[in-house]
Amino acid sequence: MFVARSIAADHKDLIHDVSYDFHGRRMATCSSDQSVKVWDKSESGEWHCTASWKTHSGSVWRVTWAHPEFGQVLASCSFDRTAAVWEEIVGESNDKQRGQSHWIKRTTLVDSRTSVTDVKFAPKHMGLMLTTCSADGVVRIYEAPDVMNLSQWSLQHEISSKLSCSCISWNPSSSRAHPPMIAVGSDDSCVTYGGKVQIYEYNENTRKYAKAETLMTVTDPVHDLAFAPNLGRSFHVLAVATKDVRIFKLMPMRKETATSSGPTKFEVQIMAQFDHHNSQVWRVSWNITSTLLASSGDDGCVRLWKANYMDNWKCTGILKGDGSPVIGSSGQPVALSAAGGSSALASQNALNGVMAGRKKAQLMPG
Amino acid sequence: MAELIPGIDSSQRHLGFVWGPGDLLAYETQYKPTGAQHAAQSCPFVHVVRKDEDIYSPILRKLFNESHHIFVGLQNMKDDVPISTRDTALATQYGNQVSILLAVELIWNLCEVLFIEAAPAGSLLLHLLDWVRLHKADVDEKAQEVLQSECPAEHQAYWDVTVCYILQGRIDEARQILLKQASQQPAARVTFKLMDSLLMKMPIYNPGGTQTLTEFDVKWRRWHQECDRCLQDNSFASHPHLELICKILVGDEDTLLEQREHLSTWYHFLVTRLLYCHPTVKPTELHYYAQASMDMFLDGRSAPEPLDSILLAAFEFDIHQVIKDCSIALNNWWFVAHLTDLLDHCKLLQSHNLHFGSNLREFLLLEYASGLFTHHSLWQLAVDYFDHCPEFGRVYLELQIERVPLDTERKALKVLRICEQRQMAEQVRSICKIMAKKALRNNRLGSALSWSIRAKDAAFATLISERFLQDYCTHGTFSDLDLIDNLGSAMLLSDRLTFLGKYREFHKLYAEKQFAEAARLLLSLMTAKIAPRSFWMTLLTDALPLLEQKQVIFSADQTYELMHCLEELTTGKVAPETELSMQEDNIEATKIELLRLALARNLALAIVKEGTLEA
Repeated sequence: MFVARSIAADHKDLIHDVSYDFHGRRMATCSSDQSVKVWDKSESGEWHCTASWKTHSGSVWRVTWAHPEFGQVLASCSFDRTAAVWEEIVGESNDKQRGQSHWIKRTTLVDSRTSVTDVKFAPKHMGLMLTTCSADGVVRIYEAPDVMNLSQWSLQHEISSKLSCSCISWNPSSSRAHPPMIAVGSDDSCVTYGGKVQIYEYNENTRKYAKAETLMTVTDPVHDLAFAPNLGRSFHVLAVATKDVRIFKLMPMRKETATSSGPTKFEVQIMAQFDHHNSQVWRVSWNITSTLLASSGDDGCVRLWKANYMDNWKCTGILKGDGSPVIGSSGQPVALSAAGGSSALASQNALNGVMAGRKKAQLMPG
Repeated sequence: MAELIPGIDSSQRHLGFVWGPGDLLAYETQYKPTGAQHAAQSCPFVHVVRKDEDIYSPILRKLFNESHHIFVGLQNMKDDVPISTRDTALATQYGNQVSILLAVELIWNLCEVLFIEAAPAGSLLLHLLDWVRLHKADVDEKAQEVLQSECPAEHQAYWDVTVCYILQGRIDEARQILLKQASQQPAARVTFKLMDSLLMKMPIYNPGGTQTLTEFDVKWRRWHQECDRCLQDNSFASHPHLELICKILVGDEDTLLEQREHLSTWYHFLVTRLLYCHPTVKPTELHYYAQASMDMFLDGRSAPEPLDSILLAAFEFDIHQVIKDCSIALNNWWFVAHLTDLLDHCKLLQSHNLHFGSNLREFLLLEYASGLFTHHSLWQLAVDYFDHCPEFGRVYLELQIERVPLDTERKALKVLRICEQRQMAEQVRSICKIMAKKALRNNRLGSALSWSIRAKDAAFATLISERFLQDYCTHGTFSDLDLIDNLGSAMLLSDRLTFLGKYREFHKLYAEKQFAEAARLLLSLMTAKIAPRSFWMTLLTDALPLLEQKQVIFSADQTYELMHCLEELTTGKVAPETELSMQEDNIEATKIELLRLALARNLALAIVKEGTLEA
């Protein structure tokens, strides 16, 4: 691995979240400076900031993109107890020339009484639905019935999880075999309620979400969780960031016809557990094909996890800071390209050494 | 294993990240339990971290394309056709490549020899000799230099070349070059003749011949003893070079080890040793000699490198280990994936009792193809690989093809074609919807409409049709006439779209002066309820010019129907849907009056016309 590029994000305070759009050509960053910035990737691979605006009156914790089928839409959530939906409007031609675009607020969701800790769009096959969770323990699911009018959102469901919520994750599977499913994580330090991960499932008959499962083995505060893309499996995979990294396998048990009205029962197994971070794990996230999991912890590292064909998980990479704070008001990266270049060839050198006396003239330098 | 991100102090800060297409973004942040707010200094950078990937190397592009071609051919090959990789263009592509490819070539050729040719004792050594010679081409360069010099025998590299020939078992060439020396030293003619005869008599196994391996072995031992006797007799004592050669012929370990520089690698040492000690080596004995040779050659001077363990694993016929070590050592899954696929096709994975044989193949191919997918043009190669992964190929393809950026119409169409060919209906719909939405945002209604039609998205088609109609009402003209005129059966996707198509047809008929047809169509739009109520006023207004023509176009019956429609409209308007100003109200009223007048006049004329008998 190597650092290919560094982008000066220019936020005036800490960045809390970065989110790629569906195609990986745009990026949004949000910060404690209360603003969101949108970046576009040019054909040459450079990132340009095409919009930057104040979104909330408190730190912005998360920012996320809607599926491009709904247009260019962002959602953000903040310490100021609100979540907001933003849409990009096609600007004047001179804006385009300057490489700027405009985002306008379509709606503000003010139902929460406390900091809104996470905001996620539901899988696109469910329509345009936005979900928030707050420190007050409530998960709220909103829907925009008319996708052409993003100023109209109705609160469809309120799920009271009784514990301060820190994160939510939708099961991305669009298979008809599974009803919509959402996992909610809590970082409540209260010990009386055992499981800090709850799974809710939508019931077609009652038209409501009901709790299907609580992961009782997760008793420490949960900071993040993520369902893996489904890949046609009959079971679900959920990664949890708590005092370690845990990967759970949730197997739906066959429903007996008599109790088919209740939520699915799951058999829960733990697929892997890593305590390499040796501390709190704050984020977990799957790559697109669910072959790699990345986690970020208190040790200041990002670790990559991979399963081989025997389903044995191993750490395949670590990222960490090099310890030196960047000094300089210009903010110009110092010797970044050098660091990047040399490490790229380091692993290739492993095989270079033995090549003495073989077509030396044709070897590339380095 | 750790990659350092510059400018971030891990003891003070956390490292945030997000997955991207083919990369990972890392940034400095501070995680806190919910609710806590803070202000802090920040490192303002977001870093793009990528795996060391060769997919961006232009040199390897050709390789990927070639191997893709061969891969597809292999999948389509019948089972009983013997697979020989010597015909593949792969080896020839390498040419002037970087050393990592040389390593790959070395491993690949060895795998060919050991696993695919699966040579038995006797031929095995011959193949291994070929293998070493293939990878030690510098001898020929030196030899050229020597032979082309004025006096080859006195060239400083003369004996180097000669010894190298011997080490590689190139006996004929050694004899040739020794002749040059012999002719320079007539006094030592006898000695040189002796050497020449030894070399000439050296038995070389002929796999196609009638001699059995045992017979060969006997002959070889006899020859070996003869060489040894020459040494014992000190026959070459006066010529240190010739004595050296004789020691090599006898397979003296120490002598061979002294030739480290000429051998340069332990596996060359191994093959030379086998040539002169045990030419009838069996495949099963190979690993013992390999390990020993490596230990002797490296002799603690240097640690074994990844390449060494891969070769050792190959000599041990441990395919599984070869694949595993290659996966670790090489940056890209290319080699491993293709090698595994080839071995799987040769049914070699199964025969080595890997019960996960074909799963392993699929696993590696999926890895490799997924890696290709992030490249802006190589992703198309990946599609074929996914096609040939029976278990997970399709779902991997579905997931990843959606993410291909649809920068241009052309690219979108390319992606679509791939999805349509594989009946990936949902992906087709989604891509068309995304393109339609993008077009609509940029006010390209025609493009948006055609994408909606392709997506079979009735709701969106309705929406766009409405926009067209609104545009018409505002500007009096249609944009994108070509599209609307040629809708064909696509018109039926949504009612509004049908109306749009038919309405445009009406305009065409009118322009072509086919008034009767136009009139009929116009009427049917209202009576068949194809037109939305909100548009009836516009339609009736469109009827005015037809009503005011000199000739009677609308028949009496038709006129009655028109009047009926007008009445329906006016009586239906109990309360105005929108707040109309006084002025707009007046305009409405005037229009209605005009219509009533025109309709009444037309009715009169029509009745008269129909009442009169035409001759």
